[in-house]
Amino acid sequence: MDFSLSKTETLFLQMIREFADKEVKPLAAEVDEEERFPVETVEKMAKLGIMGIPVPVEYGGAGGNNVLYSMAVEELSAACATTGVIVSAHTSLCAAPILEFGNKEQKAKYLPKLASGEWLGAFGLTEPNAGTDASSQQTIAVEDGDNYILNGSKIFITNAEYGHVYIIFAMTDKSKGVKGISAFIVEKDFPGFSVGKKEKKMGIRGSATCELIMENCVVPKANLLGKISEGFSIAMKTLDGGRIGIAAQALGIAQGAINETVKYVKERKQFGKPISAFQNTQFQLADMQTRVVASRLLVRQAAFKKDKGQNYSTEAAMAKLYAAETAMEVTNKAIQMHGGYGYTREYPVERMFRDAKITEIYEGTSEVQRMVISSALLK
Amino acid sequence: MKIVVCIKQVPDTTEIKINPTTGTLIRDGVPSIINPDDKAGLELALSIKDKFNAHITVITMGPAQAEDVLREAYAMGVDRAILLTDRKFAGADTLATSHALAGALRRLEFDLLITGRQAIDGDTAQVGPQIAEHLDLPQVSYLEHLDFDGKNTFTVKRRVEDGYEMLQVDGPCVVTVLSGAYKPRYMTVSGIVGAYEKEVEFWGFEQIDVVESKLGLKGSPTRVHKAFSRGVKAPGELYEVDTNEAAGIIISKLKEKFII
Ligand SMILES: Cc1cc2nc3c(=O)[nH]c(=O)nc-3n(C[C@H](O)[C@H](O)[C@H](O)COP(=O)(O)OP(=O)(O)OC[C@H]3O[C@@H](n4cnc5c(N)ncnc54)[C@H](O)[C@@H]3O)c2cc1C
Repeated sequence: MDFSLSKTETLFLQMIREFADKEVKPLAAEVDEEERFPVETVEKMAKLGIMGIPVPVEYGGAGGNNVLYSMAVEELSAACATTGVIVSAHTSLCAAPILEFGNKEQKAKYLPKLASGEWLGAFGLTEPNAGTDASSQQTIAVEDGDNYILNGSKIFITNAEYGHVYIIFAMTDKSKGVKGISAFIVEKDFPGFSVGKKEKKMGIRGSATCELIMENCVVPKANLLGKISEGFSIAMKTLDGGRIGIAAQALGIAQGAINETVKYVKERKQFGKPISAFQNTQFQLADMQTRVVASRLLVRQAAFKKDKGQNYSTEAAMAKLYAAETAMEVTNKAIQMHGGYGYTREYPVERMFRDAKITEIYEGTSEVQRMVISSALLK
Repeated sequence: MKIVVCIKQVPDTTEIKINPTTGTLIRDGVPSIINPDDKAGLELALSIKDKFNAHITVITMGPAQAEDVLREAYAMGVDRAILLTDRKFAGADTLATSHALAGALRRLEFDLLITGRQAIDGDTAQVGPQIAEHLDLPQVSYLEHLDFDGKNTFTVKRRVEDGYEMLQVDGPCVVTVLSGAYKPRYMTVSGIVGAYEKEVEFWGFEQIDVVESKLGLKGSPTRVHKAFSRGVKAPGELYEVDTNEAAGIIISKLKEKFII
C-alpha cells in the first residue's frame, strides 16, 4: 500500500493549486454575489485541458485519470465551489457516460468537443416528480422514423444555460417502468429543445441551475446512448462516478474553510492573545482537519478503484456521504471560530457554509448514499 | 528555428537561510521551483514556438533532483530536456558553471539562447553573460521584450537604469530575461500526464566540450569569505488612522529623518 503522491500527481497539484489561487479564488465572491456563471474561467480551464482530464488522448482529452480529476475538483472547490461543480457535472455526468456507454461514432463526435471545453456538458435526470425516485420519469420518447420525439421537462439541471450537450433520460416504454427508461444525447440546437427558468439558490450561485423543456424535441436515433431500455442503469452508473466529483467538491469546500480559519485565528486577538491560543480553537481545528483527511482518503480510494476498473460504487457513496457531512460540519465550525465576522460576506466562510449544503443533496441525497452503502452490506 | 533555454532549480524562498558555520544555503524542507527569471525566459521561448513553430531545448546543470524542473518545462511545452550532472561539476561558482553550460551548448545548435537575468539563490546575474563570452556570441541582457521577424533578426527592448534601449540583433545570440517580462503559462494537464514519459538526457563531462580544469571547485576562483543573515529590522510603528492623517504622519517622519 502506498499513500504517497506520484511525481505526476505532485506536478498536477502544483499546477491546479496555482491556477485555483490565481484565476479562480479572486472571482469567487463576485461569482456568488452576482450569481454569475464564470465563463472566462471555463475558457481558461479549457485551454489547459481541465475540462477533459480523464478523457483519453485519442478523444482529445488530457489522458489523465480519476485521481487527477478528483484532485482538480477538490482544489477548484477550495477556491470556488461553483467552479468545482461546473467541471464535475461536465466531466462526470456528460463526458463520462459518452465515454463509457457511447458507440464509436458518438465518442468521435462528442468527446473531442467536450474534452477540449469547446462544448459544455450537462445531465438531465431529475424531474418535478422524479427526484430521489428517479425511476418515475415522466418525460416520454416515441419512435418516429429515424428519430425519437421527446416530450417532458427536467428541473435543477447544472450547467443547463451554458450547455451544448445534455444526457437526457426518458421513458421509451412506460409499461416496463424502470426497465423502460432510455438515455439520449441531446444537443441544445435540436428542434423542440429549450432551457427554462433559472433557479435562485442558497449556494453554488454561479452555477446555472435551470429547467430543460422538450416539446416535440427531435432526437436522431443515432443519439440513443447505450441500448434501448438501458437508461436507468446508465443513470445509476453515471451517478456512481459523479459522486466522486461531488465528494471532491465537498472535500475542497471543507479544506478551503479550514485554510481560511487557520489564517483568521492566528490574526484575531481576544483577551490579549490570538484566539488560536485557546485550546478550544486548537481542538476544534484538529477534529476538522482529521475529518477532512479521512474524507480525502475515501475520495482517493474511490477514484483509484474506478481507475483500476474495480467496482467502486459503495466507496463512491461513502466518500460522498462522509465528505458532504464533513463539509457541513467544518464550515459550520469555521463560521463559529470567525464569530460575527464569519456571518458576514467580508469573509469567505459565509459562502462556503452555503455552498456546502448542496453536497448533501445532489447526485443522491445523504439518505440515498446510506441506502447504497447499507444495501451492499446487507445483501 | 531552434531555441535553447537555460533554467535553474532554486529554493522557493525570499528568505534564504544560511548555515552560519559553512556559509552555504540550507535547502532542506524548502520546496524547489524554476528560477523566476528563467521561467519568464521559458515563456518567451514558448511564445515564439506558438507563432513560428520553434523547437525548444531546456538545459539545466544541477544534482539529479533538478530533473523535476525539466519535467515541469516539458509540461509547459518544450521539446527536449538535458540535465548536466557530473561529480566533476560540483562546487562550481558562476565561472565554472558557465564553462560547463557553454561546453554543453557547443554540442547543440541554436538560433537563440535564453537565460534568466539572475537566479534568486545567488543574485549574481553573471552566468548568462559569461556563456555568451565563452561562445563568442552577441548578447543582450535585461531583456524586457523581444520581437522576432520570423527569419533571423530579433528586436529587443532592454531595461537600463533610467529607461530602456531598443536593439536589433541577429541569431545566434544570447538574451537574459527579466522575470516581469513574460508571465509564464500554466502547465497543461496533458503536458503533465506526458511529462514523466518523455526522455530527460543526462549529460556528464564526457558529453560536453570543455577542458576539465575549468569545471567544478577547481575551476572556481570565487571564495566565499563570509555569509551572514541580515539583522532583523526594528518592528516599525503602526498607526490606524485615516488616509489624510496617515499622509501627514509619513511626511513629518520623512522630514524628521531629513529624507525630504
Ligand atoms: C443545485 C442543484 C443542482 C442539481 N443538478 C442536477 C443535475 O445536473 N441533473 C439532475 O438530474 N439533477 C440535478 N439536481 C437534482 C438533485 O439530484 C435532486 O434534487 C436530488 O436527487 C433530490 O431530489 P428531490 O429534490 O426531488 O428531493 P426528494 O426526492 O423529494 O427528497 C426529499 C427528501 O426525502 C428524502 N427521501 C426521498 N426518498 C426517500 C426514501 N426512500 N427513504 C428515505 N428518504 C427519502 C430525501 O433524501 C430528501 O431528504 C440538482 C439539484 C440542485 C438543488
